[in-house]
Amino acid sequence: MTAWEFTAVVWGLSFLAGFLGALTGLGGGVVVVPALALALGVNIKYAIGASLVSVIATSSGAAAAYVREGFSNIRIGMFLEVATTLGAILGAFLAGRVSTHALAIIFGLVLIQAAYHSFRGAPDGDRPIESDSLGRRLRLGSSYPVDGKAQEYGVRNVPAGFGLMFGAGTLSGLLGIGSGAVKVIAMDRIMRIPFKVSTTTSNFMIGVTAAASAGIYLSRGFIDPRVAMPVMLGVLTGALLGAKVLVHARVRTLRIVFAVVILALAIEMIVSGITGKV
Amino acid sequence: MNDRRLEIMIGRLLQIGVLVAAATVFAGGVLYLIQSPSGHVDYRTFVFSGPALNSLSGIVISAAHFQSLGLIQLGLLLLIATPVARVAMAVVGFTLERDRLYTIVSLIVLLILAFSLIHAS
Repeated sequence: MTAWEFTAVVWGLSFLAGFLGALTGLGGGVVVVPALALALGVNIKYAIGASLVSVIATSSGAAAAYVREGFSNIRIGMFLEVATTLGAILGAFLAGRVSTHALAIIFGLVLIQAAYHSFRGAPDGDRPIESDSLGRRLRLGSSYPVDGKAQEYGVRNVPAGFGLMFGAGTLSGLLGIGSGAVKVIAMDRIMRIPFKVSTTTSNFMIGVTAAASAGIYLSRGFIDPRVAMPVMLGVLTGALLGAKVLVHARVRTLRIVFAVVILALAIEMIVSGITGKV
Repeated sequence: MNDRRLEIMIGRLLQIGVLVAAATVFAGGVLYLIQSPSGHVDYRTFVFSGPALNSLSGIVISAAHFQSLGLIQLGLLLLIATPVARVAMAVVGFTLERDRLYTIVSLIVLLILAFSLIHAS
């Protein structure tokens, strides 16, 4: 491929990934990396470098819209970012040590988890609860709008949530993804934070987490401008469009289709990693 | 200053940062494609390209000379800086709110980010 062809194809793939990532709430990174590695034969280290940068773009780009809705909780986000950024630095160091085959296999396993997450969708209702003593001491509880009224909520199991966030950060730094799905599990399932608050706060945290591994990626040469340029611009434009049409889309069907696509990519990644193709 | 106003300000800042970064990357990309040789590109094997495009000083120097790849990297650096600026603004905001606990928490996050970025220079 010439530079023009490569840029155009990568932009198109990244646009699609950003679009679908925004619609399903899984982010563009989980599709961009396997698409680049499997379809175009891009080395996985360049792919995760470009993906990491695009993750920052979509997180920061969408932040203003999320904040306006009043769901995200800056205290929860900032407190848990201590864990995700430390994890991200560990992950970025590991990414330089682990072989590309191993990276492909780990990536495939994370994709299977993402597919499951996409398939299952959002939980039905939230029953906001009271904070436990640590949640109260850290003043993590707040309120969010439900049908125009402010609904109070509390935060529980802070140490377990903090621990899982460290894991989410490590995955993010290791694979160049936002790992939003794991972040949401930590907040929604473990810390019992309402789903809406969890997803928007997670989006807010993703950019900061990714920034923590970006410096290490840069110095290791993972961020190649010729690959990162079309990926970042494509994912960003796709995500912005996806956020616009989100209101009108039939998300349930889409999530299932997306889950099947991700599962197929997961199997392909694992097989390619084992046979040494990637 | 309260949490909500602080968050709205931070959200705006992030959006502007992303737009400036994307415009810089786009400008560098156009320049790169205009100047690109007609040969084939291949990214199958990972090769460390050297400090010119992988360190803060190298990128600034190369972008100042309007080299296309340096401009792209400068745009990406600006992008990486947006969440860092977000945390820095939170430090200021929590200080203005006289919230000592969260001033310290956001300072810790800022220090961790600084460690990673210093690693790049």
